[in-house]
Amino acid sequence: MIYGVMVFWGWLNIYSATYDEHQSIFDFSINSGRQLMFIVTSIFLILAILIIDMRFYEAFAYIIFGLIMFLLLLVPFIGKEVGGNRSWLGVGSFGVQPSEFAKFATALAVAKFMGTIGFRMDNIRNQAAAFAFIGGPIILILMQKDYGTAMVFLVFLLVFYREGMSPFLLLVGLGVAVIFILTLLVENNWYLFGAIGVAWALVIFMNRRKKIKRLAVITIGAAVLVVTIMSVEFIFAKLLEPHHQRRVMVLLNPDLDQLGAGYHVYQSKVAIGSGGVIGKGFLKGTQTKLKFVPEQYTDFIFCTIGEEYGWLGSLIMVGLFMSLLFRVVFLAERQKNRFARVYGYSVACIFFFHFATNIAMTIGLFPVIGIPLPFFSYGGSSLWAFTALLFILLKLDAHRMHVLQRL
Amino acid sequence: MNEGRKEIIQFVFVLIGFVFLVKLFFIQIVEDSYKNLADVNAIRKEVQYPIRGIIKDRNGKLIVYNNPEFDLMIILREVKNLDSARFCQVFEIDQQQLRALFKSFQTEIRNRKANELQPYPFIRQLSNYDLARIQDRIDEFRGFFIQVRTTRAYASTAAANAIGYVSEISKRQLDNQKEHIYRQGDYTGQSGIEAYYEEYLRGTRGVKYLMRNKDGVIKGAYEDGKYDTLSVPGQDLTSTIDLTLQEYGEFLLKGKAGSIIAIEPATGEILSMVSGPSYDPNLLTGKNYSENYVLISNDSLKPLFNRPLMAQYRPGSIFKVAQAMVALQEGVITPETRIRCDRSIINCHGAHTNEDLRGAITNSCNPYFREVLRRMLQKGKANNPFDDTRIGLEEWDKHIMSFGFGKRLGIDLPNEKRGLVPSPAYYDRAYTGRPWKFSNIYSLAIGEGENLVVPLQMANFAATIANKGYYITPHLVKSIGNSGVPLPQYIARHYTTIDSANFRVAADAMQQVVESGTAQYRAKLKDIVVCGKTGTVQNEPKADHSVFIAYAPAVNPKIAISVYVEFSGQGGRAAASIASLMIEKYLLGGTQRPNIEDYVLKGKFE
Repeated sequence: MIYGVMVFWGWLNIYSATYDEHQSIFDFSINSGRQLMFIVTSIFLILAILIIDMRFYEAFAYIIFGLIMFLLLLVPFIGKEVGGNRSWLGVGSFGVQPSEFAKFATALAVAKFMGTIGFRMDNIRNQAAAFAFIGGPIILILMQKDYGTAMVFLVFLLVFYREGMSPFLLLVGLGVAVIFILTLLVENNWYLFGAIGVAWALVIFMNRRKKIKRLAVITIGAAVLVVTIMSVEFIFAKLLEPHHQRRVMVLLNPDLDQLGAGYHVYQSKVAIGSGGVIGKGFLKGTQTKLKFVPEQYTDFIFCTIGEEYGWLGSLIMVGLFMSLLFRVVFLAERQKNRFARVYGYSVACIFFFHFATNIAMTIGLFPVIGIPLPFFSYGGSSLWAFTALLFILLKLDAHRMHVLQRL
Repeated sequence: MNEGRKEIIQFVFVLIGFVFLVKLFFIQIVEDSYKNLADVNAIRKEVQYPIRGIIKDRNGKLIVYNNPEFDLMIILREVKNLDSARFCQVFEIDQQQLRALFKSFQTEIRNRKANELQPYPFIRQLSNYDLARIQDRIDEFRGFFIQVRTTRAYASTAAANAIGYVSEISKRQLDNQKEHIYRQGDYTGQSGIEAYYEEYLRGTRGVKYLMRNKDGVIKGAYEDGKYDTLSVPGQDLTSTIDLTLQEYGEFLLKGKAGSIIAIEPATGEILSMVSGPSYDPNLLTGKNYSENYVLISNDSLKPLFNRPLMAQYRPGSIFKVAQAMVALQEGVITPETRIRCDRSIINCHGAHTNEDLRGAITNSCNPYFREVLRRMLQKGKANNPFDDTRIGLEEWDKHIMSFGFGKRLGIDLPNEKRGLVPSPAYYDRAYTGRPWKFSNIYSLAIGEGENLVVPLQMANFAATIANKGYYITPHLVKSIGNSGVPLPQYIARHYTTIDSANFRVAADAMQQVVESGTAQYRAKLKDIVVCGKTGTVQNEPKADHSVFIAYAPAVNPKIAISVYVEFSGQGGRAAASIASLMIEKYLLGGTQRPNIEDYVLKGKFE
């Protein structure tokens, strides 16, 4: 149900976003027409998924994973270059992005691996292997310079967490991110060094009666922080592409460059912000209709919703995603075997990551990275991939009783 | 052990969703500026400049019309990736000029006279030649567009001061406007008819809201033109000026300083109003306005000084005609009163000894009018001569002012001067409390002394005599639009305090002046009976001013005229010649006396 509403609304929005004069929504030369085609093919995909025996997914998880990984490996060599990223494989006039399908393939593989009897998250070797499953696609996708999609796989950490991984890693990751941003925000690193020094002295003072070992740990911790800060400049300047650097800087200082790197976010915020409470109405959005927002039918599709349906539209959309996520988590929790549960959580987390990152970037809370909004953004690969992701779970759910019987 | 983690994950989901809704609430509902920014983005407000009304002469001949003019506008915010080399090539300027243009624009922005979002005229008034080439290439330069508006063009350079000119509104005018009509860069009438009839001529600005996409390409009307307004063209004016006569007047006055005003007595319509020297109004339109304006306004001959309204002169002997009528009205003389030409107090000219009123006017006898004024100012109504003069002067002022002297007539032009009819209070101030009486102020009798009139008042006086007792406020615009309906304020007759019988005496005398008096050599016409009066205004140590007022024909007059030529000697020479030539031109279509025309054009009045 939710799926249907989302896909239909998404379709209307794509029509609105690309609307120009009096074209039919069914016109195949424009994106809404093609999206309709993708939707129709998705239905066949759904039927296929539901018909295939459920055991297929578990049994072939590694094979599917391997196949997709192979395709990913191929992409840098035979892929088409679109928008600076080489992530497309051409099939006729339509291209597909293997990286989109890598998401559900990885989800299947991770679920299968973690569903293996005897798998324990606190076992270092098992944990390392699990990381390998997400590390593989990350490295391969990074080779395509598609940082956004690569980041998606980090969301499996949340799945691991659910399955027993220590939250320590998540917290450290969060901490490093905070420090990274702080370092970029504060011009002079000596302020940060000073703050760390003061904090270190304070903690040492409070722990002065404790063992030497404790004090050493604290000192090392402070030193690690200092090194992190010093390395930020390096990472930022050397490892990120110039356009990524600018996107991050723009996020931190939105007025920096409204016509350059900040243009996306600035125009996107203007479009969403001009929507008001109830929006301007279907096909009435001036910003989206007149193409002020770049990529408005793919990554910035939310602008159309924000502008044409206002805050109420945003509320409904956020509500739709929340219900989808909760429904998926609910489905995951009621699974009787670990494979299905892990897979369910993977689905929830992937959707969550896309939703969170996409909306955050359109309203200027996150740097601009190419992350589509599930079911809304234009694109065959992502629609098929998300559809597959969701309906495999439904299929598994439908047969959860069989699992019990089998065991 | 992992059971609580489901809730933690769900909590993270909800938290993020909540954060989004709050942030969205702020940008969509709390913050207003995005709405405006969106409009700035997508809606281009295009001002539709109305066409200014044109001005025609009384016979429908074009005097002022409009020329399309093209400004290169810039919206700084939209300028992107400007290829300055290409820009310079297309607009035929060099890099330095381009930098200077940007610099002056930046200064305007700093001074808050312009801003980055509003169109600003970057290069004004591109010539037609530039335009043809530029129009094809303007799309290469984002943030620039061409705006069409019209500037004034003049079919004739005549009557420049009467018509006035149009220029960009000044900062001061912008700040002082009562209703918010004008904006930076608008044009407005600055003098003459252009300024006086500004509200009719300017029309109403229209606005068109257009939607455009990110490349600035127009995608049609916003909301189907719901908020658009059409521009309403300004109304045309039909002037009272006879362009042919006006041009002839300017031709005659060429190289001289002074003025010629011709009025149709029955209607008060000004047939021509020449101010010399004049200027070419075409200099004050177009690209080089500022340079030319500085040149013209710094000219030592003051071509922008509209002498017919603004130059205040002593009237000279033409005032004797007024004097005579006031005296008749007051009953201190009759037409038959003879006074001896006693040249001991005041000098005279010509061979005459003991004239009656007509003779005195014909010969312009100074002692006669000194005695007439004495009789008016000293009637014995008070016990001492000081109070007696005061009472007499008050009565005299009342009559003189009823001719329109000493006050603004109310012509439809700005900057009309009053002239001066001295009142008792005036003399009190001038003598700082010391007593004064007739013997101090008798120069008034012959139009010298403290009297000041402007040439328009002299012409109006001639028209009043032609009408035998009243005048209609002289005016330059016959009707607004093409209706032909006269303006209501120019219908009323203003009667003087003098009976029309007394006017007839003055008129007879003026006929004699041309027939056999001071104007007989150069103002007498074969087929037309001209009535006139000369004046020679003393101007020590420089040469006298030459003055003449006249109307013609004597019966059912069609034209009344005043001519004032500075530093040109006797009234019977320069002024009388020009006045009679104008009368011939108007009534006959041209002169029958080429020798007189040559005499005027030569400009040596000896």
